[in-house]
Amino acid sequence: MLDMAVEGPKLLMLLYGVIGFFAIVGLLLLALDKVSGRRDRWVALGFLTPALLLVTIGLVIPAIRTFIFSFMDADSSDFVGLDNYAWIFTQPETRKVLGNTALWVVLVPTVATTVGLVYAVVVDRAKFEGLAKSLIFMPMAISFVGAGIIWKFVYAYRDPEVADKQIGLLSQVVVWLGMKPANWLLEPPWNTLFLIVVLVWIQAGFAMVILSAAIKAIPAEITEAARIDGVTPWQMFWRVTVPSIRPALVVVVVTISIASLKLFDIVRTMTGGRFDTNVLAHEMYVQAFDSYDDGRGSALAVFLFLLVTPIVFYQVRQFRKRRQEAM
Amino acid sequence: MATVTYSQASRHYPGTDRPAVDKLDLEIRDGEFLVLVGPSGCGKSTSLRMLAGLEDVDNGAIYINERDVTNLPPKSRDIAMVFQNYALYPHMTVYENMAFALKLRKTPKSEIDVRVKKAAAMLQLEDYLSRKPKALSGGQRQRVAMGRAIVREPQVFLMDEPLSNLDAKLRVQTRSQIATLQSQLGITTVYVTHDQVEAMTMGHRVAVLLDGVLQQCDTPRALYDTPANVFVAGFIGSPAMNIKTVTLSDDGGIFGQMVLPLTRDQIAKAREGGDGKVTVGFRPEDCQLVSASEGGMPIVVDLVEDLGSGANVYGHTAINGSEERFVVATERRTSVNLGDTVFVKPRTDHHHAFHATSGVRI
Repeated sequence: MLDMAVEGPKLLMLLYGVIGFFAIVGLLLLALDKVSGRRDRWVALGFLTPALLLVTIGLVIPAIRTFIFSFMDADSSDFVGLDNYAWIFTQPETRKVLGNTALWVVLVPTVATTVGLVYAVVVDRAKFEGLAKSLIFMPMAISFVGAGIIWKFVYAYRDPEVADKQIGLLSQVVVWLGMKPANWLLEPPWNTLFLIVVLVWIQAGFAMVILSAAIKAIPAEITEAARIDGVTPWQMFWRVTVPSIRPALVVVVVTISIASLKLFDIVRTMTGGRFDTNVLAHEMYVQAFDSYDDGRGSALAVFLFLLVTPIVFYQVRQFRKRRQEAM
Repeated sequence: MATVTYSQASRHYPGTDRPAVDKLDLEIRDGEFLVLVGPSGCGKSTSLRMLAGLEDVDNGAIYINERDVTNLPPKSRDIAMVFQNYALYPHMTVYENMAFALKLRKTPKSEIDVRVKKAAAMLQLEDYLSRKPKALSGGQRQRVAMGRAIVREPQVFLMDEPLSNLDAKLRVQTRSQIATLQSQLGITTVYVTHDQVEAMTMGHRVAVLLDGVLQQCDTPRALYDTPANVFVAGFIGSPAMNIKTVTLSDDGGIFGQMVLPLTRDQIAKAREGGDGKVTVGFRPEDCQLVSASEGGMPIVVDLVEDLGSGANVYGHTAINGSEERFVVATERRTSVNLGDTVFVKPRTDHHHAFHATSGVRI
């Protein structure tokens, strides 16, 4: 039930907000209507201003401030030059973070794309294709936090000396196989690999859906021509299927790479970055919001931004190239 | 050098009530250009794809050079196919497209080069070898598809409507190029089209299919002069033959006041289960326009198609109370106008008679 004493003012605020929004938009349109003369320019300006304002307040100014803070100390009072950046690359803990992030960025896109591609090819035109595809796509619908919690249960461990039953799926499977379960999330470097499995589990479905659509878009006549030309299934895959879906492959790998670089939630929910599983985005959060070191947090943010930028540029260029080819 | 034999070959798609190809018997001679023609859904493409190995053969068998290929995969049949949409590999250059099959067979590089260049010269593609298919015009792509088949030097060429994506003028031009190329190479060719003009102009022999059943397989001239049944008679020839089912008299078929004479043998055959009717046909060019006094059939003109070299006159007349349509091809400079009544007289020795119920030529 809604407690009106508490919720009432909030709802009222919401109402004010909505009315205010429409009032401003209405006034703006009214004003534009009255303007005579060089109308087009004013109309354009009128429509652009709110968006520009929001982008400036929400994105541009914080970005500039973050950039400046990255050269300042923990409470942003004195400039410290490149100290924060030096810290990223010199400390053993931060080096570990960089190494882990590299592991994520290399492993997740390759493994998830490979799994998705193989799966897409295998189930293509199979009887149970719809069901098989829904099964692998379902993880996409789960939030990263949800996935982290699910997999925390999969990896759950009870000391066999004390407890006589395992509640974790993996631990129980290992017991069934006649081996001793381990405390999966505590032992580096394996624990990072166990975390990586979770993101692969999520992203493989995404890769599969995109690649499956691309495979279906290959004209049947091309695969028939290849069969007549005498390809083996292996050659069909490497010489016809893969080159035909190359643009889709690039999109998938790039998208998953960015997701891996920015990964935060899984590490946060499953290990909290402890036991040598920390990654860049998580360390940034820890520095900025747990340790209140704005300097280091900002430096990590800028560094992360620098890593993502070239990938985004590459992707935009690919899109442009494809658009030109299509024309 | 190869012969192709379909022996009672059938294809029945699951979930359909009649076979797409029904007990096809066809012998194609070495070096022959055979055209499979028919309306859409007649099973011509399926027949070709059965020979290619892209479609299963449910019953019967297919032989290439007396070798049973019924259950062989496409690559073991030594055939090459040209598709309607050309099916070029978009990520390969023209050269790579043509070389692909040879490369898969591990042909030495130098030999691949010789064969690709030779085919490219035949097809005027030398300047385009390093281009990707998307940088080519429709006609050029079509030639690359041909080239890809030629470099294979296969036993049999299969072509599935290779001209239907070209514009009308290019189609006529390419038509003669393909026919010439085929006679130069002397490779047995099976060619599928829905266009009867293409079939008649290109094929040494033409096989007409309807509803998965072979209707007639003969030279273009024989198909035109002695169609085996009503369907072939109506399908081959443009404009189509005038075919009417009319009352049978002791002398022939009655067209209003006019009687198309039939032989005693024909009349006897028409009587057997014909219900007192006979189907008679005459081609638009096998009739004359005569004056009213010469006893032709009066026809009211609905449409005149002036082709320059002559004209097709479409019109109607009433026979036994029902309105029947006719088309007549007239000579050059015959002036006929819309709404005129003209008198048409078929040439007596050039008409065709078919059994009224079975449609078989009699």
